[in-house]
Amino acid sequence: MWTRVKRDYELYLFLLPIIIIYLVFKYYPMYGVQIAFKDFSPSQGIWGSEWVGLQHFIDFFNSYNFWSIITNTITLSFLSLLFGFPVPIIIAIMLNQMLGKRYKKFIQTVIYAPHFISTVVLVGMLHVFLSPNSGIVNHLITWLGGEPVLFMADEGWFRPLYILSGIWQETGFATIIYLAALAGVNPELHEAAIMDGASKWKRVWYVDIPSILPTIVILLILALGNIMSIGFEKAFLMQNDLNYATSNILPTYVYEMGIQKAQYSFSTAVGLFNSIINIILIVTVNRIAKRLTETSLW
Amino acid sequence: MNQLLKRKSRGDVWFDVINLTLLSVVMLLVLFPLYFVLIASFSDPNHIYSGDVWLVPKGFTLDGYARIFSDSSIWIGYANSILYAGLGTLIGVAVTVFAAYPLARKNLVGKSGLMWFLMITMFFSGGLIPTYLLIKDLHMLNTIWALVIPGAGSVFNVIIVRTFFQSSIPDELWEAASIDGCSNTRFFWSIVLPLSKSIIAVMVLYHVVGFWNGFFDALIYMNDESKYPLQLVLRNILVQNQVNSGMMMDVESYAAKMRVTELIKYGVIIVSSLPLLILYPFLQKYFVKGVMIGSIKG
Repeated sequence: MWTRVKRDYELYLFLLPIIIIYLVFKYYPMYGVQIAFKDFSPSQGIWGSEWVGLQHFIDFFNSYNFWSIITNTITLSFLSLLFGFPVPIIIAIMLNQMLGKRYKKFIQTVIYAPHFISTVVLVGMLHVFLSPNSGIVNHLITWLGGEPVLFMADEGWFRPLYILSGIWQETGFATIIYLAALAGVNPELHEAAIMDGASKWKRVWYVDIPSILPTIVILLILALGNIMSIGFEKAFLMQNDLNYATSNILPTYVYEMGIQKAQYSFSTAVGLFNSIINIILIVTVNRIAKRLTETSLW
Repeated sequence: MNQLLKRKSRGDVWFDVINLTLLSVVMLLVLFPLYFVLIASFSDPNHIYSGDVWLVPKGFTLDGYARIFSDSSIWIGYANSILYAGLGTLIGVAVTVFAAYPLARKNLVGKSGLMWFLMITMFFSGGLIPTYLLIKDLHMLNTIWALVIPGAGSVFNVIIVRTFFQSSIPDELWEAASIDGCSNTRFFWSIVLPLSKSIIAVMVLYHVVGFWNGFFDALIYMNDESKYPLQLVLRNILVQNQVNSGMMMDVESYAAKMRVTELIKYGVIIVSSLPLLILYPFLQKYFVKGVMIGSIKG
């Protein structure tokens, strides 16, 4: 074994950069996570600060907005999944059945495009389209005889806007995986179905969907496992004082307490709580999936 | 077989018609917002305000663009983003490809341990604050290094490149080369890299898009406006409504200011997103390739 290590010493040199980067920027912060159990003061450093045990966690569980943060996080994530997950599957199946090759390519190019727009620009677009006095959406509403709506400053609108803009932005790109899976469906199955006189609709239902079911299950497992880890960016950019009641979620709260209010220990505790829930979720969901479907991540 | 495929029942004809119609509607739903931003950026703000702009620009004007181009903050943001994306991509792709090469080899001693070393970071991390404090202690705050080094070599990308190496560079090639006295390093530079142009292209694109559109790291680590990447400059204009007074010197009334601000917003969305939206259709196959390789279980 050692002779092999010696012989391949160059390969380990290739790995050196990533190992150093990971040790410093990924593993050292894991050591730093202990400040969640301490009263961190910059002058004392990580090691020198006083232990306070679970005090920060207890403070968080007892804080007046604990339940609203948890419900906001789960609701937003769950609804995004519920509405967002099926759409790319349906679009991919439709695209797969399309006949005109060139038009199909064009449609794909168009629906992938929003994926390349930054979150800042996406939220900026929400602002200009939904502006109460000049936005196109409110022009449409008033033209139809309604009253202008203050979309961006309304806690009731935060979730629908978050979910719909997410569907607009990511559906197209998400179809790629399903299209790849559909391309891998055995053509003989379709031929046999045609021989038996199955209509297109029946072939979608009895050939396409069962064939891509494993792909769907794996992606669903991944998505369910990540239900507590919502991206920070869009919620943070959409957040303002008026929709805070629904837009205050775990990641934005961690940012607010840690970066804006410099409560380092408390914020780390909240983040750690979120991480732990995540790990438990991923493992659990994977176990359930293994039991039910034979498909799992590991 | 072809005879059979050509014979279509009435139900299948309907299926195709409905399918095509629905997909066209989806395509228009995605395209229209982007198209509208484009035409609005060339329209007289009074027409936007009164809701006359729907399908073509009204009161064609370049005033918005003239104001944007007269302001230095956008250009500084542009220059910074190009710099960060350039250096970040160089470092990120290098670290990723270097790490993936040894990990793709069948008989590397300690391979599974190294894989775990990387994978653990997918499930667990120190979180926002410990990482922030580390960057602060390393005196990397407000420097380019905070943006380009900590995230270099993401697990997901390493796995994609590794999968590519495993599937496209056979072990026999290495065995033959090593019998001829070729060293690991030389094999990498003269055989592996030339065969991997496409995966390197995929990685470069992923990194460029990520750096160009990312804003979270800059939000936390950068506090000098002169070092803001484009996305942070955009956030001030689009989300926080802060248009530099330099762009509005000649505008008198508050109402007129509001309208010009809207025009500027449409313009900056175009100016910032157009490079990617124009480029990506030509590079679409690479993005799709990356998704495909990533979806194969590594």
